[in-house]
Amino acid sequence: MKGSKIRTLGKYKESYLLMAPYMIFFLMFTILPVVLSIVLGFTYYNMIEPPRFIGWYNYIRLFLDDDIFIIALKNTLFFALVTGPISYILSFFVAWMINDLSRTMRSIATSVFYIPTVVGAAVFPMWRLIFSPDEYGYLNGLLMGMGFINEPVAWLLDKEYVLVILILVQLWMSLGISFLAFVAGLQTVDRSMYEAGVMDGIKNRFQELWYITLPSMIPQLIFGAVMQIVVSFSVADVSIQLAGFPSTEYAGETMVTHIMDYGSIRYEMGYASAMAVVLFFLMVFTNRVVTKLLNKVGI
Amino acid sequence: MFNFTRKKAGAKARRSTTGNFFIFCIVALLGLFSAFPLYFAVVTAFKPLDELLYFPPRLVVLRPTWTNFTDLYQLASNMWVPLSRYLFNTVFIAVAGTGLHVLFAAMAAYPLAKHKFPGRNIIFSIILMALMFVPQVTFIPQFIMMAELGMVDSYAALLLPWIGSSLGLFLMKQFIEQLPDAILEAARIDGSSEYRTFFSIVWPNSVPALMTVVIFQFVNLWNYAPKELVYSESNKVFRMALEQIVAGDPIARMGAGAAASVILMIPPIIVFVLLQRKVVETMTFAGIK
Repeated sequence: MKGSKIRTLGKYKESYLLMAPYMIFFLMFTILPVVLSIVLGFTYYNMIEPPRFIGWYNYIRLFLDDDIFIIALKNTLFFALVTGPISYILSFFVAWMINDLSRTMRSIATSVFYIPTVVGAAVFPMWRLIFSPDEYGYLNGLLMGMGFINEPVAWLLDKEYVLVILILVQLWMSLGISFLAFVAGLQTVDRSMYEAGVMDGIKNRFQELWYITLPSMIPQLIFGAVMQIVVSFSVADVSIQLAGFPSTEYAGETMVTHIMDYGSIRYEMGYASAMAVVLFFLMVFTNRVVTKLLNKVGI
Repeated sequence: MFNFTRKKAGAKARRSTTGNFFIFCIVALLGLFSAFPLYFAVVTAFKPLDELLYFPPRLVVLRPTWTNFTDLYQLASNMWVPLSRYLFNTVFIAVAGTGLHVLFAAMAAYPLAKHKFPGRNIIFSIILMALMFVPQVTFIPQFIMMAELGMVDSYAALLLPWIGSSLGLFLMKQFIEQLPDAILEAARIDGSSEYRTFFSIVWPNSVPALMTVVIFQFVNLWNYAPKELVYSESNKVFRMALEQIVAGDPIARMGAGAAASVILMIPPIIVFVLLQRKVVETMTFAGIK
């Protein structure tokens, strides 16, 4: 029995060898870090002394003794629940609306909508300029010029506005890979299905969308959801760049910025790891739920 | 014959003119929102100082000038490390990280897609889950590992994690899976080893997927600027350098900041626009079943 197993492995030696280079990097730098954070989450570790096992203490501290983590968790969930679905639905609808365009127009439209995702990081200074707290800021200038406000508003320093602005900017740059998957997926829906649909009494484009298009795109929809979950749960850059790090009264704090605070400034690695684990579980759990929901589309 | 074509053209459910007009308006509005910050960056980058400080701010440039770009260059030449060094770092990391990732991911994707070896399902489901473990969320344990390996503040710290990123492998595997088995069989009958089959058949037939992975990876690496992983000036990347220059004085350097944004925007846009068709072709197979 054992011998035959070894023989099967031997038969596929070439398969394993082809995979080896990638797998080494994948295991070392993607899987091992995740495993490491699960282990370190149960320890106190400051990178100078060896890790000390402290059981569930980090998790207890997170939820019972760290008010800022609760803010970060709330903000992250708010971000994820607002930008995630909006940006997901928006990227589908934009893809769907440009699907009837001619090939060239569709290419142009695809570029216009996707380019913010690829250049988003470079454009943060522009957003800072738009929301700048003095009258040189474009939004202040515009509103003052039109007489809506008399004094410049510090948009990014004010707890009232900062989260809304962050969400707006995040939406701008997050159509993302899911959008491309949808553009491509819509092109592959079998034309004869539409024909059959017309025979079966489908009257308008919305019925067609729900009964024909969506069900035949479920794989793309699931892939798009995964990509969107990643983006909306790992929000940090936009907050650091616009609201500052740390932001005023932690109004823009997210889980990832909180992890950065403890991991790369305070060097409380065990605690930061525990937070990362919470984030992983949130993402994996959301993914499960969303996948279940998407499999019900069109029924 | 004539009838058949006509029927095909009208195969989709009816589109009302009002509906079309309405959709056109929504797309146009969203497109404007999408393009506005980019337009704004370009306009600001070409404004002379008096137009930058004009109140209320204007959305057009009346006398375009290169001053902001020359200012940026001036500011950059006063730095400890020449700007070319930062640029070299970014280009090196982006090119090496993209090249190695594409090669290794394609090599691994081929057996995962076409060979029935034991363990392939488990490996693939781990990779699916790892789509969520992007560097933005794993950076703390990654930092610890880099520190343990003595790699902090080196190219390796910036580069190595990206070689094993999972999105590229996933896209390659989905694409290779739909290549017809017949072309592989033909090579095998000729006695070609799996390595040769990979390089002579699979690789050239996967160009759209390869190009797609190149775009995603290149854009990610070009925008990547993790401050915790590098701290010596000579190891920092281009984006960090430009951000440092602009951070000095956001208002006085507003024009230079916009110029920096424009410079940082150009490479990803060029790469995407050139390779866009390949991306859409590849994403067709990107579904998760």
